[in-house]
Amino acid sequence: MGYDPQNPMQDRITDIGPPHYEQFFPPVIKANYGKWLYHEITQPGVLKHVSESGAECYTVRVGCARLISVGLIRDYCDIADKHCEGYMRWTTRNNVEFMVDAESKVQPLLDDLAAHGEMPVGGTGAGITNIVHTQGWVHCHTPATDASGVVKAVMDDLFEHFTSMKLPAQVRVALACCLNMCGAVHCSDIAILGVHRKPPMIDHDNISGLCELPLAIAACPLGAVKPAKGTTESGEEVKSVTVNESRCMFCGNCYTMCPAMPLADDEGDGIAILVGGKISNSRTAPKFSKMVIPYLPNNPPRWPEVVAAVRNIIDVYAADARKYERVGEWAERIGWEKFFEKCNIPFTDKSIDDYRLAYDTWRTTTQFKYTSHIK
Amino acid sequence: MPKHDTPMMDQLESGPWPSFVKDLKRQAEKNDQCWDILGQMELSYKDKITHWKHGGIVGVFGYGGGVIGRYSDSPDKFPGVAHFHTVRLNQPSSKFYSTELLRKICDMWEKRGSGMTNMHGSTGDLVLLGTTTDQLEPIFFDSTHELGMDLGGSGGNLRTPSCCLGKARCEWACYDTQAACHDMTMTYQDELHRPAFPYKFKIKFSGCPNDCVAAIARSDMSVIGNWRDDIRIDQAAVQKYISGEYAPNGGAHSGKDWGPFNIKKEVIGLCPTQCMWMEGDTLKIDNSECTRCMHCINVMPRALRPGAQTGATICMGAKAPILDGAQIATMIVPFIKMTPPADGEVSGGFEELTEYIEKAWDWWMEEGKNRERIGESMQRIGLPTFLKVMEVDVIPQHVKEPRSNPYVFWTSEEVPGGFQRDVREFRKRHAQ
Repeated sequence: MGYDPQNPMQDRITDIGPPHYEQFFPPVIKANYGKWLYHEITQPGVLKHVSESGAECYTVRVGCARLISVGLIRDYCDIADKHCEGYMRWTTRNNVEFMVDAESKVQPLLDDLAAHGEMPVGGTGAGITNIVHTQGWVHCHTPATDASGVVKAVMDDLFEHFTSMKLPAQVRVALACCLNMCGAVHCSDIAILGVHRKPPMIDHDNISGLCELPLAIAACPLGAVKPAKGTTESGEEVKSVTVNESRCMFCGNCYTMCPAMPLADDEGDGIAILVGGKISNSRTAPKFSKMVIPYLPNNPPRWPEVVAAVRNIIDVYAADARKYERVGEWAERIGWEKFFEKCNIPFTDKSIDDYRLAYDTWRTTTQFKYTSHIK
Repeated sequence: MPKHDTPMMDQLESGPWPSFVKDLKRQAEKNDQCWDILGQMELSYKDKITHWKHGGIVGVFGYGGGVIGRYSDSPDKFPGVAHFHTVRLNQPSSKFYSTELLRKICDMWEKRGSGMTNMHGSTGDLVLLGTTTDQLEPIFFDSTHELGMDLGGSGGNLRTPSCCLGKARCEWACYDTQAACHDMTMTYQDELHRPAFPYKFKIKFSGCPNDCVAAIARSDMSVIGNWRDDIRIDQAAVQKYISGEYAPNGGAHSGKDWGPFNIKKEVIGLCPTQCMWMEGDTLKIDNSECTRCMHCINVMPRALRPGAQTGATICMGAKAPILDGAQIATMIVPFIKMTPPADGEVSGGFEELTEYIEKAWDWWMEEGKNRERIGESMQRIGLPTFLKVMEVDVIPQHVKEPRSNPYVFWTSEEVPGGFQRDVREFRKRHAQ
């Protein structure tokens, strides 16, 4: 019957949760659940998993823009219906995976993927897989940069590393279009982060209707927002707020709580690059990414400064790091002063922490390396 | 027919990576709003700011989350996206789908929204991008009745839990991540749909310390697979790695000539605890020194496997920087068993885990401040107090190193005689 607006509660179903995952398993996955023995990557983008039963599962991994249409999803479905018994999956990094149960079925699948044109195979092993990212200008109200466009520009440039495995280790690139980091990028090998650089403006004309002033004041982690009188365009004096601009760290939390305090600015906003984070516990503990480039301009549609900065770091890392070394492990081994020197990135005071717990990152030893920074 | 001139968007149709612009244009032939997405985005590319207005509360009856309101700031120019709300659908554990379900989702979304999606959102939901307020109830009705799907979380509630693919296709899963994710999602439907928390709460399930869903960086409660017995060794397979018959790291480095595999350098030498050595042709591991980092297992997956006594470690309090700075989760419970529900059941398992979840929530709902993640509450009250809340015995594993400052918060009960003293009695012994 469908939804009846005259009778919204009729036949209402709630709290059913997600469908049970098991019904979506390809037969080879279902039959070998919990029985997998080992895996290998037979070629970039193709994984082979072997079960204790002797069964094999071949997975072909395909890059996906994340922002995709139902038309493209139906194309994926056509491939899955033809080759994979009607099943497929997405990875946590927004890649698509097609699974088949015999080696002979891999090449025909690869051929059809290649014929489509928008289904690149790769993203495995010591290379660069999909960039996890946020919404940006396509659908978000607080971004300091775009997401999909920057990702497209960077991945076009890094594409050779999506389809190959010649780096010292995997390099995880992530993008968040503001400091809220709804796509948490703070533990990525390379983080591309949208940043604001101008304090919020106060829209006295609209603040009364849009904001709870105590919430706007409490939103500031540095106490820079204080109650103050403001004057509207018509000359009326209203209760409003003021911002101590020298205290502002441009986090944007005030704007999240109070739409009358916009930060967005064509010259102020841009991108910071942070590097050396990791999630895995492998060898070394998970680490935060560290800010090495505090600002690059928003330069659509291709963000050439950002693309070049990411490419440069990856090129230097690829040439200098040891096998298995993640970007952060490499930087720590050679020392961050060497990282800046080798990458030819200017070191500025913006890379020295002066927020909470900052002291933990200051150097408290006579051990350092002489680099070109010491005159 | 294109409605707007979009030269910068058009530029992003070129290049080898899949183009969201090509895709948007293709969908625009069926859903006219997509032209306005492109038009508004082009304007953003020109102005270098967003053209979406701040939020707006929309939703479906009886739920406090799952739909995000979104409005254009230029509705006259782009009427197709004047109202353009997001709907989060709770994804199935680890994102396997049948094409039958996907096609039904596509048909529904082409009819009731823009036809554009995010596969998937950062937290894990299947995100339907762009619809009008009047479509929200019909979308909810169709999702629950025809797709068998429900909304995900948003706001101050349990956010949609997510997991790695675990036992479905990985040899390292130390517990059933998909079963745990599904069970917890079903058990806490009320907490997921009706915001009652100070702020968001994320739970992520990773099957091993490689942590493919980034639980330790991104979730208020990360449940990371672990084991407590010995790494299982197949010595014959070790020899095959040494001889070069098996490619190290599953062939992950095959694109470059790194020279012949050297077990001393690549495995033993990179072990963070130096607990491995060769005795003749035999690989030895002192498992009592092992911290289970996974490196050796990652490099020689056919020779080494996690132990057989498996379960999970619970770490808590990770978050992105807003506001007090980013936090990586703190290890709270070193090891619990992860016992799945009884055969044929999809919920009611993982009892030890649910006890910890509920202890944390009960306390945080009382003590947490508005918009304070539990990791920030933990920082504010200190780890010793939080461990008491969690009723966890204090162990040296909770810290990287003991404190170096002397400022201990002793309590009255911990000091003989307590804090109540008589200053006049004291003055008899120590005159001012």
